[in-house]
Amino acid sequence: MDMALLLQLTLNGLIVGMLYGVVAMSFVLIYKASQVVNFAQGEFLLVGAWVCWWFLTEWQLPFYAGFLFTLVFMMLFGLVLQVVVLRPLIGEPVISVIMATIGLGIFFQALMKWIFGVFAKPFPPIFAMEQVRVLGLEVQTVYLASLGVSLLIMAGFGWFFKASKHGLAMRATAFDQQVAQSLGVSVPKVFAMSWAISAVVSAVAGVVVGVVNGVSSALSFYGIKVFPAVILGGLDSILGAVLGGVIVGLLENWAHYVDSQWLNWGNMFQIAPFYGLVLILLIKPYGLFGTKNIERV
Amino acid sequence: MTALTPCGDWRASYAADTTIFPTRNSRIALLLGIAILCCAPLVFGRYELSLLINIGFLGIAALGLNILVGFTGQISIGHAAFFGLGAFVSAYLHERYHVPVLLCIPIAGVVTALIGLVFGAPAARLKGLYLAIATLAAQFILEDFFARAQWFTGGVSGRMTESPVLFGFALDRDETYFYLTLVWVIIMFVGAANLMRSRDGRALVAVRDHYLSAEMMGINLAYYRTLSFGIASLYAGIGGALYAHYLLFVSVEAFNILFSIQFLGMVIIGGLGSVMGSLMGAAFMVMLPEVTQWGADLLAGSSIDRALKLGASISFLREMVVGAAIILFLIFEPDGLARRWRLIKAYWKLYPYSH
Repeated sequence: MDMALLLQLTLNGLIVGMLYGVVAMSFVLIYKASQVVNFAQGEFLLVGAWVCWWFLTEWQLPFYAGFLFTLVFMMLFGLVLQVVVLRPLIGEPVISVIMATIGLGIFFQALMKWIFGVFAKPFPPIFAMEQVRVLGLEVQTVYLASLGVSLLIMAGFGWFFKASKHGLAMRATAFDQQVAQSLGVSVPKVFAMSWAISAVVSAVAGVVVGVVNGVSSALSFYGIKVFPAVILGGLDSILGAVLGGVIVGLLENWAHYVDSQWLNWGNMFQIAPFYGLVLILLIKPYGLFGTKNIERV
Repeated sequence: MTALTPCGDWRASYAADTTIFPTRNSRIALLLGIAILCCAPLVFGRYELSLLINIGFLGIAALGLNILVGFTGQISIGHAAFFGLGAFVSAYLHERYHVPVLLCIPIAGVVTALIGLVFGAPAARLKGLYLAIATLAAQFILEDFFARAQWFTGGVSGRMTESPVLFGFALDRDETYFYLTLVWVIIMFVGAANLMRSRDGRALVAVRDHYLSAEMMGINLAYYRTLSFGIASLYAGIGGALYAHYLLFVSVEAFNILFSIQFLGMVIIGGLGSVMGSLMGAAFMVMLPEVTQWGADLLAGSSIDRALKLGASISFLREMVVGAAIILFLIFEPDGLARRWRLIKAYWKLYPYSH
């Protein structure tokens, strides 16, 4: 038993899990608002991180300006995707919508590889200190900042849905589209807005991961890790998505620990959440906290 | 144009209604088509033949996926993993137990079908996006298994295999392997067309169209969903086995998520719920990278090529074209090439007087 390693991995799991939670949250946002399962969520991270990298290294912008431009770009990106690709597919069967987002995913992944190459590229240093000590553990400053950013985004989501007018319109649309429409909510606008917000929030997560590990197409795997998280937490619960993300982050790090200490199978880190996912779906076909659809003929 | 009856539908018996080739002309056209295909090795070079063989085994696997997605309405994002399973089972049986390759291919199909049933039984409870997510997880788990199971797949170094031998005559050239693929394509496609007009086939379609009504009419949902998973795996296994003995080398990295997506792309581009559409979709998906390559070659040396680094990044370009093709078909032609084909036939039916 290596207690220090276990603690370190647990902390890593918590921090990475928070990021998974943020991505899962933006995934659930799209699903709740427009009933689209977005298989291209990981590519939002990828595009956001590469665009930010481009602003910082090619244009030599200071971090805050480049970051701000990235957010604006991603907002437009999400809007355009929704209007151009997803809007014509409203009312099509689930398989078509899923396939469209999968198509978007491979398109943008290949496009990013084409433009920026296949090798991971590091961000210019942003913080003066690379690492700080917390409770006797070495922690990357960026990780701490990412924890702060994640919490900030979650608080922002909470406020947005509880208090703001647009947030209420979104909740109404998620509850019942026809009722929302009859109360004067513009449903197409809500769809577009949900994609824009989701793209922006994912891009923030993408930039954070990019600053830590460098930007590469490995980022898009975060989008796939979302699925175990939302199956754990329920597809239509934002709080559940955050919890699911944290659990997945902890689970994969603990699986890695068990593997490195006793099993030595390798690759458990990547694959453990999927075993968890399959197990849960075997027992509960609608996920752990998902609402079972009651269907009538 | 040959399948269309000259003046309306007049069917006096149930058998006449469910027949696959309704007119004499359509039957003649079919035999003529097969005869022309049989002459292909005499006309085409190695390159065209290898494309045709690729279309053949990918078409078989795509047909399996179409039975699952298009006819039964169950989504699978893990088809390439089953395709790979078929390839590895066939290669393993041949190397370990020296089973003749020609026998290996159907056995690999059956073994893959059995494993598909094992995966399909729990999947029968799931539907829609939950099934999509579960099969996505299965894809990653099977991929991980391939990389891990050294005894079965040869691990990272992959597994070599051999060409089939028929009566002491090795089918190791494109010209001869083409006939083997053609035979399997005909068997599998006739099999699927017949399945669709049987009691089981109609049950599958009923499950897709309205599963609650189907259940009320006495169709066992779990049974038919599992069955369709098994059939899809059978087709994937046979396609995979043909792939293994054609390339003579099976690598664990080949059966990734992108390959699964390409299968789904074939089914969507070809037309959901269309038997011939699967073959058209496979042909489209095989030709797409070739056309991309051709386009890039055409631009080679020009200023566009230099500015965009086309030559160096052709593999990314191919992936992008696949993604773009899927999206464009979903938006502009959701019923796929099969519908286009029907429209073309309908146009020629009344040719000079179509208005």
